[in-house]
Amino acid sequence: MKKISGAEAILRSLVEEGVDTIFGYPGGAIMPIYDNMHIQDHNINHILVRHEQGAAHAAQAYAQVTGKPGVCFATSGPGATNLLTGVTNANLDSIPTVFITAQVPSHLLGSDAFQETDMVSLSMPVTKWNYQITKAEEIPDAIAKAFHFAKTGRPGPVLLDITKDAQINEFDFRYKKIKSIRSYIPKPQLKSTDVDEAIAMIQKSKKPLLLAGHGILLANGRDELLSFVEKTEIPAAVTLLGKSVIPEDNPNYVGMLGMHGNYAPNILTNRADLIIAAGMRFDDRVTGDLKRYAVNAKIIHVDIDEAELNKNIAADLAINADIKEFLKEITPKISYKTDSAWLSEFERLNKIETDKVIKPECFPSTGKIRSGEAIFRLSEQTKGEAIVVTDVGQNQMMAARYYKYMNPNTLITSGGLGTMGFGLPAAMGAQVGQPEKTVVLFAGDGGFQMTFQELGTIFQYNLPVKMMILNNNFLGMVRQWQDLFMDKRYAETIMPTPDFPLMAKAFGINSNIVVERENLDKAIYDMLNTPGPYLLEVKIEQETNVFPMIYPGSAVDEIVLEG
Amino acid sequence: MKEMYTITAFSENHIGLLNRITIVFSRRHINIESLTVSSSEMKGVHRFTIVIEEDEELVNKVVKQIAKLPEVLRAAYFQNDDIIYREIALYKISIDSAIDKNLEHLLREYNARMVDIQKDFVIIEKTGHVEDTEKLYDMLKHFNILQFVRSGRISISKQKKELSAYLSELPINEYVKG
Repeated sequence: MKKISGAEAILRSLVEEGVDTIFGYPGGAIMPIYDNMHIQDHNINHILVRHEQGAAHAAQAYAQVTGKPGVCFATSGPGATNLLTGVTNANLDSIPTVFITAQVPSHLLGSDAFQETDMVSLSMPVTKWNYQITKAEEIPDAIAKAFHFAKTGRPGPVLLDITKDAQINEFDFRYKKIKSIRSYIPKPQLKSTDVDEAIAMIQKSKKPLLLAGHGILLANGRDELLSFVEKTEIPAAVTLLGKSVIPEDNPNYVGMLGMHGNYAPNILTNRADLIIAAGMRFDDRVTGDLKRYAVNAKIIHVDIDEAELNKNIAADLAINADIKEFLKEITPKISYKTDSAWLSEFERLNKIETDKVIKPECFPSTGKIRSGEAIFRLSEQTKGEAIVVTDVGQNQMMAARYYKYMNPNTLITSGGLGTMGFGLPAAMGAQVGQPEKTVVLFAGDGGFQMTFQELGTIFQYNLPVKMMILNNNFLGMVRQWQDLFMDKRYAETIMPTPDFPLMAKAFGINSNIVVERENLDKAIYDMLNTPGPYLLEVKIEQETNVFPMIYPGSAVDEIVLEG
Repeated sequence: MKEMYTITAFSENHIGLLNRITIVFSRRHINIESLTVSSSEMKGVHRFTIVIEEDEELVNKVVKQIAKLPEVLRAAYFQNDDIIYREIALYKISIDSAIDKNLEHLLREYNARMVDIQKDFVIIEKTGHVEDTEKLYDMLKHFNILQFVRSGRISISKQKKELSAYLSELPINEYVKG
């Protein structure tokens, strides 16, 4: 058997795991890997980002739109630490990602060598698993484990830290994928008694409400969800990350939960007599005040991660199972039809929200362009078929509320961590993963400026990302809280912005700015129909707030339609 | 209501696992009363015995978060009534005071023993609960204690089948043939 270097072994192991795209940035300690990529053809497409944080967000978005783990390379020290925001983001949103960081030679470990950082310790609380490779021989097994942990069970980020000597030394390479690991049970066994009990609880209920979460998308369980909903007609609400799991024109889709979700599902959470929580984790942005959440309901909670069960909300029936399997099992067995009177309660409340909030936001006739309006127009022009990527803040909530998602995994957004600066690099990663699809970014002027060096990457690879900057010259969501809770003391939330279209021009990217309402449709049309990347700055109303809103500390049914 | 709980976890013997497990506690601002880590009767498997004082509901959540770590094989928690538990304490007494004839009587009464005698001092060993080792400490005070050390708790459950017995039934890691 021919001996190969650790660096080559890393690349060959990645190819064995089906990796064809890597987001990364070279540096001293990782040079052997990059050198190997240069001298041998591994059929790996490497995307050179402009900052490692961008690589991490791009890899996460790539994973979400392809279903394959996203992979990143970064060098030791600052290269590796720059990844951490992205690693943490992937951890809170359960995205399968494999981060490979280089490390100083093993004999220098612990000596404060140049660009040495203890990445295993630093990444420990924000990874599902991590490991430091100090010998070339460990590479195949460590990479096999990394992919196994990242993809299976509740997915998540893993990090491999590889010393420079382990990249250089040679050994006999042989790759074996992992089938199972004795300390790790990725898929708990679904018990038929649990399914029977769930059926009994549903059949007893008069006012059931299904909460569909990200877990269904991660389990690839959309078809099973749709069959269940079609058969039972149980109203289905989604979490922010559960958006796009059910087409928004589905008759049983009742909107988004949580702080800026829809009126009906939030209010009716407290009138429901049964909550079926499917692949979601009762985040505080969803539940509001826990003590006054789902006050009239029994709760069935199904999740693949046992640690989520009874963590925030005590379940009457906690089922530790794969949600796809559960839905597949329950649908043929159940015979239940939801009372139409219960469904009409959603329609009635939805009409109130439509009149008071949605229509004024999407169809204003006076004042400046509103962000909801711009997003809604783009939704119409793309027929809800685009992949939408958002930054964080008002732009994110507006994009979640006013784009009509038709296809699964078409909203890529930073949920658990709320990472400003996520949008642009994530849009780039989504476009790399789905080169033929329309990828649209909605970003605020603040978040866009956090990572806008990635325009360089978009320019280099001519990624046709359609970037809409909703510019209100404010850090809008923080300003909204200052408006509502701090007597409009706008501490450090007013921000002058550069000439965004001119900046795009510097990167050779087509651009435009729209200020007047009558030019909006045409500007969106031009953006969508101009080949290649495009930046459209939309000057929006400066001091508008996102409503409805559940104020901090309030109960879900105390959601307000105006401030 | 806060009570003493003993958490037992079995993990692979890998670098960093101790850190991963303690992060589960530090994240929630839980103080660890005692922690003992050592190899178990199974090769390559380490046993953690962790004592904390918390509400059972929180202990339950913490144990699930430990059990979910990919390299932890099993984790469980017990109340003091469910287990037999011990700690070990060592006392260094100056030789002059040890010659006092009451010491031997005291050691007998407290079921402690002398494990080493040097020119200047003797070492006394006592096994038992915290209260027992502490009581002996108080009694030895006027013997001039030069040094004192106690270990973390070790425990064995009263269940007929110990947790580790389940572990021996686990399959070893499997790889895809190829």
